[in-house]
Amino acid sequence: MSVLVYTESEQGKFKKTAFEVASYAKAVADQMGTTVTAVAINAGDTSELGTYGVDKVLSITNSDLDKFNANAYASAIEQAAKQENANVVVISSSADSKYLAPILSIGLDAGYASNVVETPSSTAPFTVKRTAFTNKAFNMTTIDTDTKVVGVSKNAFGLVESNGNATSEDFSPAIPSSGVTVESVDKATDKVTIADAEIVVSGGRGLKGPENWGMIEELADVLGAATACSKPVSDLGWRPHSEHVGQTGKPVASNLYIAIGISGAIQHLAGINSSKVKVVINTDPEAPFFKAADYGVVGDAFEVVPALIEKLKAFKAQNA
Amino acid sequence: MNILVCISHVPDTTSKINFTENDTKFDTNGVQFVINPNDEFGLTRAMWFKEKQGAKVTVVNVGGAETEPTLRKALAIGADAAIRVNTEAKDGFQVAKELANVVKDGGYDLVIAGRESIDYNGGMVPGMLAALTNSNFVTNCISLEVDGTNATAMREIDGGKETVSTSLPLVIGGQKGLVEESDLRIPNMRGIMMARQKPLSVVEPLNASAETASVKFEKPAPKGAVTLVDADNIDELINLLHNEAKAI
Repeated sequence: MSVLVYTESEQGKFKKTAFEVASYAKAVADQMGTTVTAVAINAGDTSELGTYGVDKVLSITNSDLDKFNANAYASAIEQAAKQENANVVVISSSADSKYLAPILSIGLDAGYASNVVETPSSTAPFTVKRTAFTNKAFNMTTIDTDTKVVGVSKNAFGLVESNGNATSEDFSPAIPSSGVTVESVDKATDKVTIADAEIVVSGGRGLKGPENWGMIEELADVLGAATACSKPVSDLGWRPHSEHVGQTGKPVASNLYIAIGISGAIQHLAGINSSKVKVVINTDPEAPFFKAADYGVVGDAFEVVPALIEKLKAFKAQNA
Repeated sequence: MNILVCISHVPDTTSKINFTENDTKFDTNGVQFVINPNDEFGLTRAMWFKEKQGAKVTVVNVGGAETEPTLRKALAIGADAAIRVNTEAKDGFQVAKELANVVKDGGYDLVIAGRESIDYNGGMVPGMLAALTNSNFVTNCISLEVDGTNATAMREIDGGKETVSTSLPLVIGGQKGLVEESDLRIPNMRGIMMARQKPLSVVEPLNASAETASVKFEKPAPKGAVTLVDADNIDELINLLHNEAKAI
């Protein structure tokens, strides 16, 4: 019996979500009275995982796994889970982890619960709380199979340090060939992504046109934030679809979400509900977003945003 | 090409979400059901294949008779045939097992499902279906071209996109980008009339068992009132975000 966690890395460094899922796995292992084993793929130095409660790391180094492949990665994790007799496999909610999770769950004959926001309220029956109806509700779900796959929502659990040491073992799973080959990856390396961002700055139709996005980008730049937009903005082609946040777009679970010129349609609010602190800037005090926000400024974005940028620059300079 | 599009019957995106029977069931009272938006992008891409490259498009849903109007809508949009697997959808695994049976019977080359439904947001049916039918699989798919048995797809990844090459049989987890919002079709009267004549076959389930079970629903705790900051006092906003919310 053990808890297995897949700790994602990129360019030989763990992602922040890897430490969050490790922290979560440690909490589950404590509940079940067992230990945590991590699977790391081409992650380089894995000792940092000990800080978040991992006891043992199965470290895979294999150039065939340089590019993400859902079947190959799922197979590697499946083999690790079987070797370790894992009853619970914990993964993140990244695009890659969500891609491999259903394949892994079939391979392990394991029930899978995604978007889980808390540690199990009970381990027998194994009961977790997950978001449903695109963050408009929570669903308590039991996983009734012997092996369970748990996908943890980003930012739902946070990082918990526990002074442990992770031993590392080389692990060499057989990698199956895959019928899906990555030909090219198009990824802006200098931009913070919505998925990884602590802070997201989002613009709506209130900004009047794509030519006015300079101040949104500048504000995001000052805050080290990702930029996002509402559905009408992406439908109008002012911003790429990949920035569309909401029920049919991306969910946002950042620490801080700043909505500028977004009225707050129910579908948009659903998508950002998991963000911790919400700020709205809008000329219309009746905009529904004010009911969903923690802080609000009734005012013209074209005056408020430049002022906010200047004040933040001063604040950052002072607190640097 | 023989295309199967999986259709989930979900509450409209504007629906108020309420629960009944001691918070164990979704309250359908006054709720309008629609084709799951992610599935609708896939259906529309399937129609494109039918019109430009020649394909037969079948739509399928796992659910009770109450889901038939949603399948009829897909027929009115242009699908050729519909299948309803006559059983209540319990979890992603059970639905994937039932769909795998339909795929095996129908000999489909390409299966398009939405990357997730907007009600349970499980995001597991397409991947499980691919694994159960030994098909190639691309999810979060934002473009798809098929040439003979070869396919090229784009997948949205965190912070960008990647282009992959693959081949049929293929399962797609689709989303916006497969087609644009403006490409979505509203059924016209002729489509609605024709849909009535198109075959909608009801097949009996395998009675696959579920692996997970929904126990109860909860609504998020009501939020406190917004703290308003004067537009002339941005220092105060920064102060609140730093000292009170600890967000910057």
